[in-house]
Amino acid sequence: MNGEKTISVHHVTRVEGHGNIQIKIKDGAVEHCQWQVVEAPRFFEAMVRGRKWYEIAHITSRICGICSIGHTLTSLKATEAAMGVPISEQTEKVRKLLLHAENMQSHMLHVGYLVLPDLAGVPSVIPLASTHREELLLVVGLHRLANEMSDMVGGRTTHPQRPVVGGFAKWPTGAELEALRDRLEKSLQEAKALCSFVKSVVHHFPNFRRETEYIALTNPKEYALYEGDIGSTDGGTWPVHQYKEIANEYLVPQSTAKFAKHKRDSYMVGALARLNLNYDHLTPRAKEISGLFELRPVNYNPFMNNIAQLVEVVHGMEDSIRLIDDLLKDGIKDEKPSVSVRAGRGSGSTEVPRGILFHEYEYNKDGECVWANCVIPTNQNHANIQKDMEALIPQIKDREREEIEFAAEQLVRAYDPCISCSTHCIML
Amino acid sequence: MEKPRVAFFDFASCEGCQLQVVNLEEDLLQVVQAADVVSFREAMKGHSDDYDIAFVEGSITRRSDEARLKEIRKNAKVLVALGACATLGGINMLKNFQEQDGVRRFVYGERAADYETYPARPLKAVVPVDLEIHGCPINRKEFAMVVKSLLMGKRPEIPNYPVCVECKMAENICVFQIGMTCMGPVTRAGCGACCVTEGSFCWGCRGLVDNPNADSEREVLAKYGLSVGDILKKFRLYTGYSEVAK
Repeated sequence: MNGEKTISVHHVTRVEGHGNIQIKIKDGAVEHCQWQVVEAPRFFEAMVRGRKWYEIAHITSRICGICSIGHTLTSLKATEAAMGVPISEQTEKVRKLLLHAENMQSHMLHVGYLVLPDLAGVPSVIPLASTHREELLLVVGLHRLANEMSDMVGGRTTHPQRPVVGGFAKWPTGAELEALRDRLEKSLQEAKALCSFVKSVVHHFPNFRRETEYIALTNPKEYALYEGDIGSTDGGTWPVHQYKEIANEYLVPQSTAKFAKHKRDSYMVGALARLNLNYDHLTPRAKEISGLFELRPVNYNPFMNNIAQLVEVVHGMEDSIRLIDDLLKDGIKDEKPSVSVRAGRGSGSTEVPRGILFHEYEYNKDGECVWANCVIPTNQNHANIQKDMEALIPQIKDREREEIEFAAEQLVRAYDPCISCSTHCIML
Repeated sequence: MEKPRVAFFDFASCEGCQLQVVNLEEDLLQVVQAADVVSFREAMKGHSDDYDIAFVEGSITRRSDEARLKEIRKNAKVLVALGACATLGGINMLKNFQEQDGVRRFVYGERAADYETYPARPLKAVVPVDLEIHGCPINRKEFAMVVKSLLMGKRPEIPNYPVCVECKMAENICVFQIGMTCMGPVTRAGCGACCVTEGSFCWGCRGLVDNPNADSEREVLAKYGLSVGDILKKFRLYTGYSEVAK
C-alpha cells in the first residue's frame, strides 16, 4: 500500500481535441485526480458578431468537424426562431435524415475506430486490420454508408452546403432516396453482426456505476433528436429557450473549456442520456440490441454510453427507412426557402452525437448577428467526467499503475469528448 | 525502400480535415500499407518524434503553440499544411478583426486574462511550409492524390486557376445571375466548385489564386449591390490573412 503512483496522460489519444489526466496516489490514498482541458480557445461567439444571418451556420459549423451537421442544423433552428422563419414538413423530415446520418457516422467512428481497439487489446484501429479484419470491415462499411448518406442528403459529409435558413438549397431525388433505403435495409444485418461481436468483448469495460443526472431532449411523439423539450432523469421538462437554467456553466482553473451543472454537482448528456430518457421510443430492432446488452433505463454506468451509441446506430437506420418511406409516399417537392429578414433573438437545440446542443443568436434589423451563445455537449459532460473519475479511481487505486491509467483513459473515451468544440463558450 | 513515416498534428481547428483522412474508409487501409503512421492522436495511442512527413491541421492562435510547431518542423522532412485553418488561418482569422482583449472578455468574462490568445495565423506565418492542401474541409480525394505524389517523390499538381473554371465544367448556372454573390472568380480551384453545385456559392475557403484579380472581384461585388463593408467581410471570411500581410 505504501509508495506513490503518479499518472500523467498528456493529451489523451483517440479522442477529439486535447485533454490531460493527472492522478496521484500516495500511501494507498488518492491525493489528486483531475481531468484537464488544454485545447486552444477559439472564441466563436465573438467571431460571428457582425456577420450576416446566412453566414452564421457556415461559421459555427466549423466549431466541430465531426458534428458539423448538428451544429449547422442547430444554428439554422436558432436563426429561424430569431426571425420567425417557418420550415416545411419536408424540410423537417430531410433534416432528421441528415441528423441520423451524422449520428451513425460519429457513433461508428467512436465505437468502431476509437473504442474497439481498447476492447480488442490493441493500440489503434490499424492493427485491427490484421487481428479483426472481418469486424473492422463491418465498421468501415457502416461508417462509409453513413458518410455517403450525409453526402447525398446534405451535399457533403462535413460542413454540409445544402441545409440553409428556411430549408434546403438542393434536395435529394426520389431515386437517390430509394437506393439509400435499400442499402439501409441490407446493412441492418451488418449492424447486428457488429453488435454481436461487441457483445463478446463488452466485459472489458469496467463494471462501474455512479448515480448522476441525465439530460436530453424529450418528445412525447418520438425518440427526440431534432425536436423536443429539455428533459431530466431527475424529473421535469423545460422549453429550449430556458436552457440557461439547466446548463449552468462555470469556469475552472484546469480547463480552457467551461464546466456545467444543473441541480447536482454534474450531469451527463449523450447517447446514454437520450436512451435513459427516451427508451420507449426506440425502434423495435434498436430495443433488441439494447436487450442484448441488458441496457435498460436508468443505467448509471458511463461506459454503457458506447453501447447506447450502438443502439442508436440501429435506431437511426430503422427510423431513416421510415422517414424515407414517408418522403417517397408524398414525393420530393422542389421547395425554395423563403426568409424575411428581421431583428430578433432566438434559440435552437438538437441532439447531436455527443448530446444536447444549444445555439442562441440575436440579430439586428439588417440581419447581422450582434450576440451569440453556443452550449456544447462536451462542456456539459466535463464536470461529470471529473466526478466519475473521482469515484472510479479510489475503487481501483491498488491496481498496477498502467491498469489505472488505462481505466481513466477508457472513462474519458466513453464520453466521446469533442474537446475542441468545447473550448469557446460564453459566460452565461 | 523503407516505408515513409507519417505523423498528424493539430492546432486550433475543428479536426474536420483529419476526419476526411479517416473518411477515406477502405482506401485508408491502403495508405497505411504504403506508409507507417507513427502519430495520429485523434485515431491512435502511442507517438513517435521520428517521422518523415508531418500533416498539420489548424491555425496558430497562442504564442505557446509556436514552440510545438517549430519542433514538428524540425523533426519533419516534409511539412504539409492540412486545410484552410493551416493554410490561411481559416475561420479563426475572424477574431483578428476585433480587438483581442474584447474578444476574450466577451467569451470568458472577468477571467479573460487566464485564456491565452493572440491573432490567429496560418502555419507559414511561423515556420516554412512545404506543401498546402487547401479547403474547409480538405477534399479527401485530393489528400489521397497528394499522398500518392509524395510517396512517388513527385510534387502534386494543385490548381492555380479560379473556381469559375471548374464551375463552368460542372455546368452550374452562375450564382450572380440568380441573386447571390460569390468568391469563385478569385478563389483557387480544386474543389470542383462543390459548394455552387450543392446550391450555395463559393465562400473562398481554398484561398486566393496566386494572382487574383481582386479589384475586378470588388467591382463585380459592388455592381451586384454589396457595400464596401460587405465586400470586405466577404474577403475576410477566409482570406483575411493576405489582407493583414499586405
